[in-house]
Amino acid sequence: MTSVLYDVPGPKARRVSLIGSVVGTVLILGLLAWIGMTLAQQGIFEGRRWAIFTRGDVWTLLAYGLGATLTAAALAAVIAFPLGLMFCLLRISLVAWIRIPARVVLEFLRGMPVVLMMLFVLLVFGTSSFVAVVTGLVLYNTAIFAEIIRAGIQSLPKGQREAGLTIGLTSFQSRLLIELPQAVRRMMPSLVAQLVVLLKDTSLGYIVAYGELLRAVQVMADFLGNAFLFPIFFVAAAIYIVINICVSRLAIWIERRGSTKTAGGVAPAPTAVVAPELPEVTERK
Amino acid sequence: MEVILENLPLYWEGLLRTLFLSVVSGIIALVLGTLLAAARVSPVAALRGFSTVYVEILRNTPLTIAFFFAAIVLPRLGVTFQQFEVAAIIALSAYTAAFIAEAVRSGVNSVPLGQAEAARSIGMNFGQVLNLIILPQALRTVIPPLINILIALVKNSSVAGAFFVLELFGYGRQLANANGDQVMAVLLGVAFFYLLLTIPLGILASTVERKVAIAR
Amino acid sequence: MKAFMTRRKSFFVAATAALALSLSACGGSTPGTSNPTVADKPTFAAGTTMAKLTAAGTIKIGTKYDQPLFGQVGLDGKPVGFDVEMGKLIAAKLGIAADKIEWSETVSANREPFIEQGKVDIVIATYTINDKRKQVVSFAGPYYEAGQALMVNKDNTSITKPEDVAGKKVCSVTGSTPAATIVDKYKAELVPAATYSACLEPLRNKQVEAITTDNVILAGFVDKEPDAFKLASDQTFTKEPYGIGLKKDDTEFRNWINDQLEAFGKDGSYKKAWEATAGSVIKTAPELPAINRY
Repeated sequence: MTSVLYDVPGPKARRVSLIGSVVGTVLILGLLAWIGMTLAQQGIFEGRRWAIFTRGDVWTLLAYGLGATLTAAALAAVIAFPLGLMFCLLRISLVAWIRIPARVVLEFLRGMPVVLMMLFVLLVFGTSSFVAVVTGLVLYNTAIFAEIIRAGIQSLPKGQREAGLTIGLTSFQSRLLIELPQAVRRMMPSLVAQLVVLLKDTSLGYIVAYGELLRAVQVMADFLGNAFLFPIFFVAAAIYIVINICVSRLAIWIERRGSTKTAGGVAPAPTAVVAPELPEVTERK
Repeated sequence: MEVILENLPLYWEGLLRTLFLSVVSGIIALVLGTLLAAARVSPVAALRGFSTVYVEILRNTPLTIAFFFAAIVLPRLGVTFQQFEVAAIIALSAYTAAFIAEAVRSGVNSVPLGQAEAARSIGMNFGQVLNLIILPQALRTVIPPLINILIALVKNSSVAGAFFVLELFGYGRQLANANGDQVMAVLLGVAFFYLLLTIPLGILASTVERKVAIAR
Repeated sequence: MKAFMTRRKSFFVAATAALALSLSACGGSTPGTSNPTVADKPTFAAGTTMAKLTAAGTIKIGTKYDQPLFGQVGLDGKPVGFDVEMGKLIAAKLGIAADKIEWSETVSANREPFIEQGKVDIVIATYTINDKRKQVVSFAGPYYEAGQALMVNKDNTSITKPEDVAGKKVCSVTGSTPAATIVDKYKAELVPAATYSACLEPLRNKQVEAITTDNVILAGFVDKEPDAFKLASDQTFTKEPYGIGLKKDDTEFRNWINDQLEAFGKDGSYKKAWEATAGSVIKTAPELPAINRY
């Protein structure tokens, strides 16, 4: 991988960089080892504490919690995304009395803590905790999705809209048919990142007693006793990281798969960092 | 509504604590995040690797778990602090830095290739290219997303209420428990004070966006 | 492959057995459950809440899922504890078997709204009776009188009474009544946590001087780690009468529950419920407090 930000390193620079890398890696590994040793001295890694993970009911509860987390996140994402698209269109409408209320609503939703919205929904509408969690997530993420897509539309070259209007599309048609699809493509990385945030935010459901993964973990640690606190939390952290990395990877894969199929190609923002994309960019010019 | 007026000092105290956590963590996260982003595009493989792993792990961990490590695992390693705000700031800034690093990195990616090429061709080295040419332009395009991250930070600080720091949301829960007959009013008050912090940030974001937007 | 599978299986069996042993060795205070005898087709005056519940054959009870010994959810998702036992006893008198009870978790913030909206029929959730709450819900009971206490590290001699914590860091649950008391009345510096068990680590690390909440919950922690923690004193410094929350002004239902509570006190089922749960930690069984028929 070469970059235009710096020269291809010569033998000397490569040696310095290699030494630096080795020293750095050794330092980090040393730190990790020290952390491990210190925790081990306190008996955190005793087999007795980890043996709970051979129990069926522990895994059943974890699986149940994970299921609850994924269900709430999936449902919220599926509802929030189209709503976000809609609000984005309202927010950039040319008509002031559509644009301004939309903006007020979005600012409000964006500024409220998700925990508060969940609690509100639960208390005011007397819903189940599941509905409260999903609604809270939908309200907040609608605003975020709308903002992301709006940023995407604004980053499009002006010519796209102009061309649309020229061939006789109305402003709305141009937004819907020309700009929106490109904006969504362009902002895919941000949208996926937000999806991961959404998934993690399900853990705020503790406030309305929704039994998602983190709540299951806490309940388990309480029930089994403090000795198992560390193992349970380590495993929970690992589960979250694995699931979220999978979500990110899956989305990247879908994006790649989709983009090869289109004739026009996605316009990846010209990048200053990685050179391999260089010929592609010059070609388009 | 009178419950809000009666307890205005408590709300105020909570607001100040939330503000304090957000400002301090925000500053640390901005510095740390920018360094991480620079490391991500640097020539040294270990820096790139470290930055990538750090960002991937922190971005994919729920904040609650980050708090758990800062407030409960760290003391076990001998890092004890008498002020729990320290743990909260460690968790919040470590977590937020990962998001800032990603935002800055995508900002770096949005700077046209020619800029870097031109800088390189007049003989600048990596540090100069990054500091003088790329980052100033990148920061302009990333300011709106950065402010969004800071808004999220203000709201995320509410998790500290579960980890030994009493802030706005914590006071809200305390008031809700003490005033079982007026739970709704108490929570509306909490919402109002959060909006007091986040709405100006949101307006700032769109103003900055309009001011610095690169004409296309 | 097959050999591997068998070996693997036998490892699992051995590990599970070892775990069962170690758990039973270190636990010793896992709350038990009982199965009270269910009344056979009780009859009530038409139109009363009791008649409705009996006819429906089910009752919705809200309880806490994170209060050790009172209402705590187990790994199977079912709550156990003294509150839960009280719920079962009341349900039995309505002719509803324990497995027909619909448990739902109530957290501090949603107890009143849940009762008002009818999402639960009664709330038994370490629910302290107080005047503000009485304005929106009614209370039967009290069925237990807890009191606030302090727990400190085993080697701590400086804290023996609540006045000793003035200006010191004390851990309790965010937004709980004990947390408010220790701050307002005894001027401690509150360190809020999500659950009481989350307070244990800071206490162990000496980042806080004490943990405060109702004595029974603290007794549960001391029982699990007697070498690390102790109660600052056997005296409690507040009275927390736990009541059963129900819809405001449903006086018939409230009186009926009060009658049942008194009956439980007389026929020994109150004592039995205690011994099956919190009694595993606190040896002296409480007397049923005088019912407050307001």
